[in-house]
Amino acid sequence: MSEIKVPTMAEMMAAGETPEVLFWVGCAGSFDDRAKKITKAIVKILNKCNVKFAVLGTEEACTGDPAKRAGNEFLFQMQAMMNIQVLDAYEVKKIVTACPHCFNTLKNEYPGLGGNYEVIHHTQLLESLFNEGKLQVEGGEFKGKKITFHDPCYLGRANEVYEAPRNVLQKLDAELVEMKRCKAKGLCCGAGGAQMFKEAEKGNKEVNVERTEDALETNPQIIATGCPFCNTMMTDGVKNFNKENDIKVLDIAEMIASASDL
Amino acid sequence: MGISSIAFILIFLGAAAFFAFKIRQIIQNIKLGRSLDRTDNKGERLKTTIRVALGQSKMVTRPIPGILHIFIYVAFIFTQIELIEIIIDGVSGNHRIFFEPLGGFYVFIISLIEVLSALALIATFTFLARRNLLKIPRFVKSEMTGWPKLDGNIILYLEFLLVMFIFTMNGADEALRLQGASHAEGSGSFGFAISSILGPNVFGSMDVATLHLLERIGWWGHFIVVMGFMVYLPFSKHLHIFFAFPNVYFSNLKPKGQFTNMEAVTNEVKLMMDPNADPFAAPAADANAEPQRFGVKDVKDLNWVNILNAYSCTECGRCTSSCPANITGKKLSPRKIMMDVRDRVEEVGKGLRKDPNFDDGKSLLGDYITEEEVWACTSCNACVQECPVNIDPLSIIVDLRRYLVMEESKIPAELMTMNTNIENNQAPWQFSPTDRLNWRDED
Repeated sequence: MSEIKVPTMAEMMAAGETPEVLFWVGCAGSFDDRAKKITKAIVKILNKCNVKFAVLGTEEACTGDPAKRAGNEFLFQMQAMMNIQVLDAYEVKKIVTACPHCFNTLKNEYPGLGGNYEVIHHTQLLESLFNEGKLQVEGGEFKGKKITFHDPCYLGRANEVYEAPRNVLQKLDAELVEMKRCKAKGLCCGAGGAQMFKEAEKGNKEVNVERTEDALETNPQIIATGCPFCNTMMTDGVKNFNKENDIKVLDIAEMIASASDL
Repeated sequence: MGISSIAFILIFLGAAAFFAFKIRQIIQNIKLGRSLDRTDNKGERLKTTIRVALGQSKMVTRPIPGILHIFIYVAFIFTQIELIEIIIDGVSGNHRIFFEPLGGFYVFIISLIEVLSALALIATFTFLARRNLLKIPRFVKSEMTGWPKLDGNIILYLEFLLVMFIFTMNGADEALRLQGASHAEGSGSFGFAISSILGPNVFGSMDVATLHLLERIGWWGHFIVVMGFMVYLPFSKHLHIFFAFPNVYFSNLKPKGQFTNMEAVTNEVKLMMDPNADPFAAPAADANAEPQRFGVKDVKDLNWVNILNAYSCTECGRCTSSCPANITGKKLSPRKIMMDVRDRVEEVGKGLRKDPNFDDGKSLLGDYITEEEVWACTSCNACVQECPVNIDPLSIIVDLRRYLVMEESKIPAELMTMNTNIENNQAPWQFSPTDRLNWRDED
């Protein structure tokens, strides 16, 4: 594994430097073993493209998103105010994150509490790195592969980012196939609204199984996502159908990193 | 003034007065909700209304019902021109008062109405079939039994009657005029697109007295069904024909993922984080004011747009059919949330008009909506996206959660653990915050 450089805001500040962008890793990206791989893939791409970035490291705290969706507005606002104090102390202007839930909260709900930043999702950053010519890939292992993209609710419907992830996937020279429910009509993976952290209510099916069926109908070799929680849910869904040897669930950043031999 | 003119005026004024009376009550009910400023961005709001409400842009995302609905919608709008003539004729005792002055244009308008009515008839039959024969899943969900099911069918029956009366009126009049016996000027065919065929073929063999009777049955029937519709609307989901427009105008223009930041909470959190705040300071605001409840327990805790949403809902169920929880058999149905709000606000409004201190011990949460429904939501916004008139069930669901969590500490145990973890570990899982950057050095 190649060396990665991940400076923290504190280290940068001590060195008298200012990063172009703060990489907001998020709780899943920091602690979840599967999501950590996505975090590393993003770091490798940022390193390769010489993007001057930093992370908050141990100074980062949950944005409060799951607390807010679960109705605990107090806890959300406490988290938000603490994070805003840290972000403002470092004079952060621009944030990129691989978690659509952090993305939505930082972008839409922090401004009302005094935290104003330019917030982008990592697929938007990847898209602009391609557009600026800083990033190039050959299709590599993905060339000609059948890929279907699952729209995360908090990236798609919630913020109407539908094209950036698809534009990035197009670079892989693969066959992009859409599920019958996609973009604005995309079906949730089942993790949103703090459902990730609890058992589902009584029903006749798990949401991730229903969504995985949508994906399986397209006969994909890869299910691409842009959200650590969607990734977990789709991975579990694929396992439910015993297809884990045939179908990979990957984040777009992982695919770009791996196509670039990073 | 003839007896029929007097009868006409009485029916018209009676129905209009009753409609105005009921609408006033509904507006009172909407005002039971908390204030919310939606007077911003007038230009954007107007554009959205033209696109979504007038232009039906979200209806056609499902092409079959979307296009059929447009048939009925456009027929309804154009038939109002004929209704104006009916009202003037009814009051003045004339017959087709616009026919002579408008000439060819009149023939064009009536022909257009006839063609649209025929299309609306096709749509009406298809809709009846979708509800009763094909049993499209969203029309046979558990909340669509009893009154909501009957309501949906009554509307379609009335629409069928309206179209039948129009064709009876025009067809009989056509046959009369062919015999030179119409009360309209001149003789020979009117030249209307459909009744010029119906006239000779369906009504041609009838005698003049029968035709005059049929023509009157058509004319009065059409008028009385329209008035009946007006009286019926305030009790029906069909109220959307008017409420859809203000509902879209006042709908949320912000990104769907953006939930409101509760101001009362912000003030308290700021106080907590302010080292200079005096914890024993007397409350600055009016100490006698009733403290506002966190979140929503009953309809008075909702904002007025939530209640307007409920009155604008026509129970089409596109929300429910796209809800991941509902699709997978959970109890949550966004449509039911809206129906519950309307039922409860009707109940509370009625009670408050009788007794200003009305309290029946019931509430929206608990007696209408269960906690199980509230916790099944993934907050995915599919219901908000799907609604053809921009209703937002999600904001109500979140406000119900806020009440449960912040007022009653009722929360699923796993979510309680999640919250504790966020408080203590700065993450929803029980990891030490000092380990947050460990990934950097792991392989």
